[in-house]
Amino acid sequence: MTGFVGQDQFLSWGRVERVRQDVAAPAFRDELKGLLAEPDDRSLLAVGLGRSYGDSCLNGGQRLIDMTRLDRLIALDSARGIVLAEAGLALGDLLRHIVPKGWFTTTTPGTRHATLGGLLANDVHGKNHHRAGSFGRGVRSLGLLRSDRGQIDLASDESGLFAATIGGLGLTGIITSVELELAPIRSAYLDVERIPFGHVRDFFRLAEESVDSHEHTVAWIDCTATGNELGRGIFQRANWLDDGDLVPHAENALSVPFEAPNALLNSVVIRAFNGLYWRLQKSGRARQRMHYAAFFYPLDKVGHWNRLYGRSGFYQYQCLVPPSAAEAAIEELMREIAASGAASALSVLKTLGPARSPGMLSFAREGATLALDFANRGAPTLALLGRLDDIVRQAGGRLYPAKDGRMPADMFRAGYPEWTNFAAHVDPRFSSDFWRRVAR
Amino acid sequence: MLGALSAIGEATARLYAADGARLVLAGRTIERLEQVGADLVARGAAEARSWPVDFAACADPASELERMAAHLEGPVDAILLFFGVLGDQALAEGDPGEAARIIDVNFTAAVPWCLAAAALLERQKAGALVVVSSVAADRGRQSNYVYGAAKAGLSVLVEGIAHRLARSGAHAVAIKAGFVDTPMTAHLKRGGPLWAKPATVARAIKAAAGRPGRPVVYTPWFWRFIMLAVRNVPAFIFHRTRL
Repeated sequence: MTGFVGQDQFLSWGRVERVRQDVAAPAFRDELKGLLAEPDDRSLLAVGLGRSYGDSCLNGGQRLIDMTRLDRLIALDSARGIVLAEAGLALGDLLRHIVPKGWFTTTTPGTRHATLGGLLANDVHGKNHHRAGSFGRGVRSLGLLRSDRGQIDLASDESGLFAATIGGLGLTGIITSVELELAPIRSAYLDVERIPFGHVRDFFRLAEESVDSHEHTVAWIDCTATGNELGRGIFQRANWLDDGDLVPHAENALSVPFEAPNALLNSVVIRAFNGLYWRLQKSGRARQRMHYAAFFYPLDKVGHWNRLYGRSGFYQYQCLVPPSAAEAAIEELMREIAASGAASALSVLKTLGPARSPGMLSFAREGATLALDFANRGAPTLALLGRLDDIVRQAGGRLYPAKDGRMPADMFRAGYPEWTNFAAHVDPRFSSDFWRRVAR
Repeated sequence: MLGALSAIGEATARLYAADGARLVLAGRTIERLEQVGADLVARGAAEARSWPVDFAACADPASELERMAAHLEGPVDAILLFFGVLGDQALAEGDPGEAARIIDVNFTAAVPWCLAAAALLERQKAGALVVVSSVAADRGRQSNYVYGAAKAGLSVLVEGIAHRLARSGAHAVAIKAGFVDTPMTAHLKRGGPLWAKPATVARAIKAAAGRPGRPVVYTPWFWRFIMLAVRNVPAFIFHRTRL
């Protein structure tokens, strides 16, 4: 039996907040009830691999349940493509077992180092959103353990608590198990086409023309370019191959062993990197056969890459703007970032399709989503993000809680008007730093 | 797998499962064994049979082990012993009950299982006995010497079995594991380069089971050199530390 132990080592991916929390890491599902029942007034939050960037996976001064030891497959039906697993199972671990059998998850985020519970609690989306919708659409059922109602099994056709739990940031109780429907694949490789574009408006044209022909689309943007090269970038579109080569990814050894000096990823370095990348990639169209790990998870090649941002950490900013306002808003965001002199090391732009996300607080809906990384330089960084907020709000957009560590409460409430309905489903003993910030 | 519910035991079982092995999972709680077994089968094990047993209370470990072997039909490739407790050193210094528990689980209970395994493997003329011990066995330190003494006894026992089996075709190995991130060490301050994941230790265990000739294996490998140094520090210096 494992109890709660005070520690300060659990950080979110952005590494900005450093809080002390009591953490328990149960090894078996039967321990969870005891942890919930401990007489302690402090709130609880179940967490996975800590890939949320801001404070939605933190519960400072309170208690966390680390779910990553609950990583067992419960049943794998490789004829029908259905898997039931404990919520702490990492996506990468699952893929190693289902890819050789010709299956993949219906969608995947940009890292495989996230747990199934975490993917569900953030209702993540991927490069194929315009085909598959968000992750929650592939969830057949889930197990939820609540402090007030005990163990509940929720099927996808139930409304209410199921919809609150999908994208519910872990606040509706402990997600104990997840049942997924899988998507068939006939290869572990994709046919990837890279197309350079000279201005952000060309991105929208490319995205539009690729929606029907390509399952996966995404673009890298050079946020440091200005003028008539504003938002130049590389558009990538891909389809699964069918060559029968179903080899799963390998785990890699490369890792950043400790925090880099804060000055490492400064705007000069980032400008140089973005410019170099652009020059290397801009010379015409290229098609190549790529493994899913290289295509979906390029950053997973280097473990703990977030340590490159140093002791102060970094903010990720991911917004979504509706289709009608998308092009103008994205251009305005680009101009604001370029004018600020701050540089985003990695900027990703993608259009999302009209598929309805099943969760009450799901982020994904039709429109364009832009994700940016900014080193934390304190007040100037926060001021820039505040100006970006204004543009996003003007356009009727919203921010992604999984990436957020700072949006004002009124911005969350405006972006997620269903939050009051959602609040009724929050487990009375559960909370998080994020939730206290936006809902109180 | 004797102690299949331990974190290192389960991690090792997953490596064998990936090879399509047939496994017997011995441990105390049937429900937990069933959960681990279902996972191992989904991960590729040809079979994962739950085998509820209380190692310390078992009256006849030799017969129990024979029944497990009979269930697997045919020569057993490996018998792996994982069970143990870290205990509470400070408590043990004032409470003979805690000291006895640490010695009983880690040493007294393990001895008949190791001897039974040795006899079985000797008769087969093949297979490996792999026993998880600890770097704590190498030098008595104020922070955990009761546990260290029990693991030292266990290590010497396994060393003796390795000697006994040397010309039989079977072999035995004691695994001296360093700090491992498991529920057993949850109360300690963890993190840093010395801490290993159970999966890392598991790889060393499976490699040792497949490779005769090294009766003691340190894992991760650098502990061999750390402990070489720790063993050789003169007492007048060692006694000034709080290790």
